Amino acid sequence: MLRRERRSVLAAEAVGPYTLLRVDRGELEPGTPGQFFMLEAPARVVPRPMSLCLAPPGELAFLIDPIGPGTRALCALQPGDPIGIVGPLGNGFRLDVERPLLVGGGIGIAPLPYLSDCLGRPPAVLGFRTVWHAEAAALVPNAEVVIEPTYVTEAMHAGHDVLACGPEPMLEAVRRLTPRAQLAWEAPMACGYGACYGCVVDVDGRLERLCLKGPVLAAA
Amino acid sequence: MRLLNASGCLDALAAPEVARTLDVFVTKTVTPLPREGNAPVRIAEVDVGMLNAIGLANPGAEAFVADHLPRLAELGVPLWVSVGGFAVDDYVAVAEQVSRDEVEALELNLSCPNVDEVPENVGEVVAAVRKVTGKPLYAKLSAAVADLAATAQAAESAGADGLSLVNTVRGLALDERTLRPILARGAGGLSGPALRPVALAAVYTCSRETRLPIVGMGGVATGRHALELLAAGARDVAVGTALFADPGAAGRIREELEAESAALGFVNVDNAVGAAHGGTEATLDPGSRVLPEKALHMEANKAG
Repeated sequence: MLRRERRSVLAAEAVGPYTLLRVDRGELEPGTPGQFFMLEAPARVVPRPMSLCLAPPGELAFLIDPIGPGTRALCALQPGDPIGIVGPLGNGFRLDVERPLLVGGGIGIAPLPYLSDCLGRPPAVLGFRTVWHAEAAALVPNAEVVIEPTYVTEAMHAGHDVLACGPEPMLEAVRRLTPRAQLAWEAPMACGYGACYGCVVDVDGRLERLCLKGPVLAAA
Repeated sequence: MRLLNASGCLDALAAPEVARTLDVFVTKTVTPLPREGNAPVRIAEVDVGMLNAIGLANPGAEAFVADHLPRLAELGVPLWVSVGGFAVDDYVAVAEQVSRDEVEALELNLSCPNVDEVPENVGEVVAAVRKVTGKPLYAKLSAAVADLAATAQAAESAGADGLSLVNTVRGLALDERTLRPILARGAGGLSGPALRPVALAAVYTCSRETRLPIVGMGGVATGRHALELLAAGARDVAVGTALFADPGAAGRIREELEAESAALGFVNVDNAVGAAHGGTEATLDPGSRVLPEKALHMEANKAG
């Protein structure tokens, strides 16, 4: 149901350079891993799309990288602050995989902790720019961590069903290696439900709204 | 007062439950041929609003009529079609194709800031479309013109039945780090809070300078915002950017509007239309207002 819910912030915890924002779940469903929520940031005009990172009882938790005015405002929220939230939105990962391998890069690891829970803690390969950023790897069980200049593609094992989220160059590299991978993409979004037409990406030669088609897309 | 969406700010087929909260659904602009729209990045938030450069993405008039229109008609919400083009003939062709029974009115998009081709003279387009359709015609104008009153009057003289005020105005946002434009197209249309005083001024002016009913839009996010547009002279109000953050904005704004207008002593929302022009204006019926005390008394009676 498309409805903005008013929830409360429970905690905002530093995880390396990122913030894990814990929100009171209320009646909201956590949805499928890879789905996202629109979070209203204080004093900003449009909300920000964030995939669900963790779904402990009574909570929805989001891993946020403070890279712009909206994400910085979200990371500055304090326990007890109100927050507007819409979701879950979009299409998440298919979970009918036999030998899952989670692959994540940087803030792209955000949906992997919840995905790992739902898939029974499969192996993961996570890549980060620095050791500080790699502190976020603690959120993902059974993870092998690489730091640049080593890339996740160098640590990926063959014969797995890859489920990946990360920066575009990483997703493109993963796509070349494993054409059957499921890839979670990112795009600027104002609404998350097909209204703003802002989040188009090239899907098979056509511009499609990522919020409706994705954010998880088949690699090929 | 009817509550509409601003054209291009809602896909009723993707979110029918949101469309059903409106009194009228206005489609995204339809052009003669299909358009994929601009390459990403298409949107950027700024401190005072948001920029978009979607580029009139739409399936084209033929596919719209064959595929979209039947499904839109099933929503059970009165339907306005936004008509666009790059020459008078384009508007005429689309208007002819979409003037179907399912369609209540046409809105002529004479002001998209995100395409290179500039539509021709407003009066010329309205007059040409007037000849091929019996549907009510609303001319959607930008406030970014030298003389908006003259433009509005040209639309009125040419046979427009109403005005939609306002479209976005052009703005630019630069990336924090690279200082390059965020939008792939460079500039885009500015909507949201910054547009509200612009819309108010446009509605205020055009309600004095024409006799056309006006759909006011631009930065409406609360009932108070809607009330102010009505006071400036709008008869109906449309919501755009606010729908992005709050899919339930229409219902909420309607409730807030009723409470706000009652608190100011208007017996109903429509009585607030034109209030900004004072008691001497023909748009305001001096007998339509009651004193706040009396309104509160009536509320008390109703509650009792």
